[in-house]
Amino acid sequence: MAGKTLYDKLWDAHLVKERDDGSALIYIDRHIIHEVTTPQAFEGLRLAGRKPWRVDSILATPDHNVPTTAVERASGVQGIEDPVSRIQVQTLDDNCDEFGIVEFKINDNRQGIVHVIGPESGACLPGMTIVCGDSHTATNGALGALAHGIGTSEVEHVMATQCLVAKKMKNLLIKVDGELAPGVTPKDVVLAIIANIGTAGGTGYAMEFGGQVFRDMSMEGRMTVCNMAIEAGARAGMVAVDDTTIDYVKGRTYAPNEEQWDAAVANWKELVSDVDAEFDKVVEIDGASIKPQVSWGTSPEMVLPVDARVPDPAQEADPVKKTGIERALQYMGLTAGQNITDIAVDRVFIGSCTNSRIEDIRAAAAVAKGRQVASSVIQAMVVPGSGQVKAQAEAEGLDKILVAAGFEWREPGCSMCLAMNADKLGNGEHCASTSNRNFEGRQGYGGRTHLVSPAMAAAAAVAGHFIDVRDLTSQA
Amino acid sequence: MKSFTQVTGIAAPMDRANVDTDMIIPKNFLKSIKRTGFGKNLFDELRYLDEGLPDQDCTGRPLNKDFPLNFPRYEGAKVLLARENFGCGSSREHAPWALDDYGFRAIIAPSFADIFFNNSFKNGLLPIILSAEIVDQLFQEMYANEGYELSIDLAEQVVTTPSGETFSFEIDEFRKHCLLNGLDDIGLTLREADAIRAYEEKRQQQAPWLFGAIQPGA
Repeated sequence: MAGKTLYDKLWDAHLVKERDDGSALIYIDRHIIHEVTTPQAFEGLRLAGRKPWRVDSILATPDHNVPTTAVERASGVQGIEDPVSRIQVQTLDDNCDEFGIVEFKINDNRQGIVHVIGPESGACLPGMTIVCGDSHTATNGALGALAHGIGTSEVEHVMATQCLVAKKMKNLLIKVDGELAPGVTPKDVVLAIIANIGTAGGTGYAMEFGGQVFRDMSMEGRMTVCNMAIEAGARAGMVAVDDTTIDYVKGRTYAPNEEQWDAAVANWKELVSDVDAEFDKVVEIDGASIKPQVSWGTSPEMVLPVDARVPDPAQEADPVKKTGIERALQYMGLTAGQNITDIAVDRVFIGSCTNSRIEDIRAAAAVAKGRQVASSVIQAMVVPGSGQVKAQAEAEGLDKILVAAGFEWREPGCSMCLAMNADKLGNGEHCASTSNRNFEGRQGYGGRTHLVSPAMAAAAAVAGHFIDVRDLTSQA
Repeated sequence: MKSFTQVTGIAAPMDRANVDTDMIIPKNFLKSIKRTGFGKNLFDELRYLDEGLPDQDCTGRPLNKDFPLNFPRYEGAKVLLARENFGCGSSREHAPWALDDYGFRAIIAPSFADIFFNNSFKNGLLPIILSAEIVDQLFQEMYANEGYELSIDLAEQVVTTPSGETFSFEIDEFRKHCLLNGLDDIGLTLREADAIRAYEEKRQQQAPWLFGAIQPGA
């Protein structure tokens, strides 16, 4: 019999009951909640007279709607200018208070983006099943956990029953071997993967990232990669546990205490795919061939290396894809065959659950140091992923470097990744963004998003257009 | 939950691949704390020529006359025809809420994104997978015939065209059962409360660090 994949092991360990029709009840260890996808779930609980099954499994924080300027943040929830956003954040506070759920409130120094605070606080651990009403929950799979996004009805279901009705997914292995070229980051790796397999390439699969590139990668890098599994269609992405994982977890607030630590580590060391495990699909990519990536279109699969040219729809045989390219070029205001490096940038956004951790801020600051944001750039902002990331960056003096270079240094939140707060693109503006989605209107009505790594975003801010960050730094 | 048995209604097109949930319901409208009222903002950025605001009265807004849902022939549509990977991106359940509130009862496409697919069933909205060739045939027939209606019978698992041609589709037994009877998932799961508690006790012995770490006041 073939061995088990990491996903098989996580699934088996959480199986409460299998039904005859192939669906199953899966136990959920950790439930992270935020203000946007929970109000209707709490309302559902109240209407049915139900209570959360296990309050200590839940951790809450507001992130999508919170303002990121220090001025607007100063007076907490009541200071949020947009009344609709204020009600939503207030509703989360009220619901958490009513049901006794621990919440890192708006001005708590532990507040931040759900997928940043989960691992950072140790609330999310290896071997867990983790859900959140947010598709980027896959981020937590970097810990060797089964983590995925759910809808609001499922949020209510998990709160009421501690379980999810699920069907086992298929196993997909993305294997990236070799060594990354200098200047190529985890974000470039995941964008290259999405370009390779497409936005539906992982649909129906749990996606494990394996190979030398991920073994060599930091935990934060692995989070960036797992974060975008959903952009390749996979609800869950994951990386096997190794010493990097265990070192990362040790000492975090909610991590196992000293008494439990050895047993936990012994348990976690099993969280790897067996050597004889069989995957339903394997995709192999040569890590050394990956270059810094830039998305040019309106879908995360519309990505090219920075030295490439924007595609020509005339070269596309498939009619649905051809219209897709034409529509994307029109929306993005680009010409077929144009150099990616000739695309001018109006705004720069460094942040989001994909790229707002300390390593991301360091990468941006390293490029910004001693340089200036180009005068043609209207705004370049850096939004740390959490209060803890912000404090760490400030302790290292990164905020001063960024501000001296002309970047704005903001308070933590989702910010311009999806523009539910005041941070958004103007109509027709191009943005070098470290976020995860370049959909039409995602960062603001008529806004044009280009997905890049933090280093590439900072380089674009300095140059005023896309540039291979390695060309910029070699000039110095 | 609303049940789904049989539906007959006008089919309308969303003729592009990879329709994401940001497109189905833009983020401006996610600030609502209710489940209803999203229909007027379905496909907002494609449907109207101006930028929409939450809680806005949409009746006077300028319409994009080139967007099919604004064509009189598709008024009152109940079935949406779509292409590959419909509903990709964000997990927002506001997407099926908006489609349902607008009046759609079923979506037919060659493939759906996982989370959207799952969310639809929780709201009595039926996502039907048919092959790309069949979906293409339905698109052509719909474009050629004003008033083109499709009938869907969930119990029989068939889609019937106006000419009487039928196409069968697959669906999970459990999901079919819940939809046909409008069953509440939570109520069904709570019938297994003993099994859940038994699992939980075992889990707590094996991995005690998974319990109790997060405590109010800590």
